[in-house]
Amino acid sequence: MILRRRHVLAGFAALTLVAISSAELGAIRPDPWMTLAAIGRGILHPDFSDIAGLLRATGLTVAFAFCGVGLGAVLGLLLAPFYGTAVVRLTCIAVRSVHELFWALLLLGLTGLSPLTGVLAIGLPYAGIFAKVFAEYLEDAPGAAPLGRRLPSLTALLWVRFPQSLPQMRTYTLYRLECGLRSSAVLGFIGLPTLGFQLETAFKQAQYGQAAAVLALFLALILPLRFWVIWRLVPLMLAAAATALIMLPTPPMGQGALMRFLTGIVPSPLRTGGDWGSWLDKVLVQQALPGSMDTLILSQIALAAAALIAAVAFPAIVPGVVGRVGAVIGHGVLVVLRSIPDYMLAFVLLQVLGPSMLPAILALGLHNGAIIAHLLGRQAASLPQHTGAPRGVTLWAWDLFPRLSPAFWALCLYRWEIILRDSAIMGLLGIGTLGFYIQSNVQTLRMDRVVALLVVSGLLTLLIDTVSRRLRRAMRDGPPLRIEASRRLAT
Amino acid sequence: MTQPLVTLTGESLGWDGRVALRDVSLRIATGERIAILGRSGAGKSTLLTALHDRAQVRLALVPQDNGLIGALSVFHNVWMGVLDDHGTARNLRTLIWPSAAERAAVARVLQTVGLDELGRRSVSQLSGGQRQRVALARAKMRGGALLLGDEPVTALDPEQGAALLDHLLAAFPTSVLVLHDVDQALRVATRIIGLRQGAVAVDAPAADLTADDLLQLYR
Repeated sequence: MILRRRHVLAGFAALTLVAISSAELGAIRPDPWMTLAAIGRGILHPDFSDIAGLLRATGLTVAFAFCGVGLGAVLGLLLAPFYGTAVVRLTCIAVRSVHELFWALLLLGLTGLSPLTGVLAIGLPYAGIFAKVFAEYLEDAPGAAPLGRRLPSLTALLWVRFPQSLPQMRTYTLYRLECGLRSSAVLGFIGLPTLGFQLETAFKQAQYGQAAAVLALFLALILPLRFWVIWRLVPLMLAAAATALIMLPTPPMGQGALMRFLTGIVPSPLRTGGDWGSWLDKVLVQQALPGSMDTLILSQIALAAAALIAAVAFPAIVPGVVGRVGAVIGHGVLVVLRSIPDYMLAFVLLQVLGPSMLPAILALGLHNGAIIAHLLGRQAASLPQHTGAPRGVTLWAWDLFPRLSPAFWALCLYRWEIILRDSAIMGLLGIGTLGFYIQSNVQTLRMDRVVALLVVSGLLTLLIDTVSRRLRRAMRDGPPLRIEASRRLAT
Repeated sequence: MTQPLVTLTGESLGWDGRVALRDVSLRIATGERIAILGRSGAGKSTLLTALHDRAQVRLALVPQDNGLIGALSVFHNVWMGVLDDHGTARNLRTLIWPSAAERAAVARVLQTVGLDELGRRSVSQLSGGQRQRVALARAKMRGGALLLGDEPVTALDPEQGAALLDHLLAAFPTSVLVLHDVDQALRVATRIIGLRQGAVAVDAPAADLTADDLLQLYR
């Protein structure tokens, strides 16, 4: 069946209205303007007085990102040739369906607040992603070098397919490193010594000047990433990063942490012979159900917000619509919004707007909307235009948007799964999504419930991923898109 | 009489389910130097691929796109010709750490194609002509009973191309080359196969043909 775009759109609009009507959007703080003014003063007067601490956190953010992404890339590369086997594929799908922050929360029970927790939290889910993408590259590489016919597959893989995929793998790894820096910074919010930790501390003490300094440093790190990552020096950088993390003081975990962890994740009825009914009721009905509902509601509204923002904002980098100067400014704004992790953005907005779904909606909408807008805008700027084509808003409405709408819908559907994953995480900020219940179970050391909720969150991600892929295929009205250098994401 | 290297009898050849050549009957015997001529799209590459798939002897192929791996060095691309003579472990070692003897063996071949000092250069940095020389060096490195080449010297200037072609042909007892230059075909080949409109139009000893006969193929 070929679904019409307008059917899908009508369905989405209806779902969004339902979601908005059941979302908790109120609870505006008594005076958001006061906080906003204080933050504004902080941005105007960034406070770099604790420069040593800031630089240390910056260095450790880089170190966690390098080690985590390095681990993920190596594991992914080793797994990629076996991605066709069901065991490897399912394992990869499972590890990457759990968000980095959730991995960190889970691993806190095993490796504590040690550097290993941060490296594994980034490395494990990234390994699942790398394996998938690298497997696609290897599969796509032309294997038709005129070699002998009886060449063993390992030789063919290493001599022919791997060298041909290497340039793409490098590009993708660099992109992942950018994601890794975001993940690494956000891991600070659960206590690892990265920039996120500094940001949270500064905000809690209302030191907005310091917070602005942290944000400025983070942007100074991530925006010129492509210029300071030099491939020849990467082994050296990795070694330095690993050394820095090994030198980090580690709080002791006590004896038998592994056994404690392994017994802890077994559902308590199995361990203590307790009642299954009440455990299932507690975990599934009282926690997973409301958590999933709120996760779905948040992601639905956030997706609509992202789509709206992207549709309006993508011409901001098209010179034909906003002029040359306007395009430069638009580019700057979109890149900054794209570079700041949505969790960080939500944390900042929460301080201004007070606890409700609104900060998370805005953060997810702005971050993902900026990503879609940036990809679309670049495509729009490269579209051939005849001389005497309209300019300004007319160009956007009559030419660019109609021509790009298949790509636009494909990109929105593709970000849906990511928005859902991040919506679950927003619970750590106190919104009632799955992350909220996961964190409260971590705090009371009920790791069996944590694992159960992680499984639910993983299944939810898989469900959305499947629906999104079906819809993209059923709509079938767009050209295949390559997003972030991966192949099948938006086809 | 010796056993023919390849025999085709009344076969239709093509790819992706489309027939490019109808009713092809050929016997290729040891010692022949065959040139395949014809307009573009006449089925020359299809015929060469069919010969490649049927031949049961060790052969070296120079494909039209050279079939090189851009990310690897010239040394590696040339050594690729003899990969199947060695085990996986040895090949892995050569990929990471080529021995002096391996480098020397490749250097000797590179000298014959005029790429002496370029062994360590990555193929992606080479010009079109240099790439074609690497592909020729790989075929030479591989050696064997049969050389198959799809326009193997088009990217070289005529004089050098002719010299290299002679050199390569001397290294193989039997050869089948797709060529686009009628005079060159008459010069190097003992037998010429001309393709026209999806069928074999000419198949005769080169000595019995003139350039004018062959130019009919392009009309």
